Amino acid sequence: MSTAVYILVMAGVTYLIRVIPFGFFRKKITSKFLRSFLYYIPYAVLSAMTIPAIFYSTDSIVTAAAGTLTALVLAFLEQPLIIVALAASAAAFLTGLFL
Amino acid sequence: MKKSDFLKGLIHGIPIALGYLSVSFGFGITAVKSGLTVLESTLISLTNLTSAGQAAGVDIIASGGTLLEMVLVQLTINIRYALMALSLSQKLDKSFTFPHRMAAAYGITDEIFGVCAAQTEPLRPAYMYGMIFIATLGWISGTFLGASAGQLLPAAVSAALGIVLYGMFLALIIPPAKKQKSVLCVILTAALLSILCKYLFPQISGGFAVILCAVSASVVGALAFPREEESA
Repeated sequence: MSTAVYILVMAGVTYLIRVIPFGFFRKKITSKFLRSFLYYIPYAVLSAMTIPAIFYSTDSIVTAAAGTLTALVLAFLEQPLIIVALAASAAAFLTGLFL
Repeated sequence: MKKSDFLKGLIHGIPIALGYLSVSFGFGITAVKSGLTVLESTLISLTNLTSAGQAAGVDIIASGGTLLEMVLVQLTINIRYALMALSLSQKLDKSFTFPHRMAAAYGITDEIFGVCAAQTEPLRPAYMYGMIFIATLGWISGTFLGASAGQLLPAAVSAALGIVLYGMFLALIIPPAKKQKSVLCVILTAALLSILCKYLFPQISGGFAVILCAVSASVVGALAFPREEESA
């Protein structure tokens, strides 16, 4: 299948998700279950996407583990997104120098 | 359109743009590694403006997944924007007419939502345009640079940059997990299910595995920890 078709579908779905509530929807969701579910979804998605994929995101599981550990510590200390992201990468790089 | 509003949005958007620049650099590298061209990678960033959704989308393209899978994955990953859009729609200025809503909806991301939601006065279109403009500029140029110059980098550097997006994901989920037992429970459940999928059921494709794990973990969370108040 052409990559352009994938990109079109991706972009279309993503835009619709944003524009339907922003442009049209006015009511509030009242179901407590649904609201809770929607609240937890982003966290669950990011977690499932990250674990275990993060360990395969560099060229070696050792450097990836060093980066993951660094990111976990800095995220726990509530450092800004950009600091956590770049420090994870720097830790992976530095660990790679010793392998 | 008031110029001062646009400028204000632009200034508020600078930290977002800088963050996006480096994160999308990593996305550009990943996308090219997955077999996409520089143009395709940049086009994805221009049309989607979202990190997790794009990363998952590229995985699906690389593995030759179905369009249904693409729709479901984008829906699952990006559904949070619907909540943010809903929340922002409640605090728009009267000057935010329908065409403006159609245009500004494009730029609702976690970070832009965060900054806009924190504003005390009603949101005007020009303010959001300024922020969206600079943030998108950072996101697109970072992707372009990562996709085109990523190959020029030493292999060790480009390999290390593969972790950038995941690092950002951890930075998004760990702080709330520290404060809320419910979020921690959901995150651990999702991670555990994801590990099980990867090693016990490798025949499930990556995109569907994410949906399966995320939906199951969120149902568990909603049943075990129903939320009394909507904070967003």
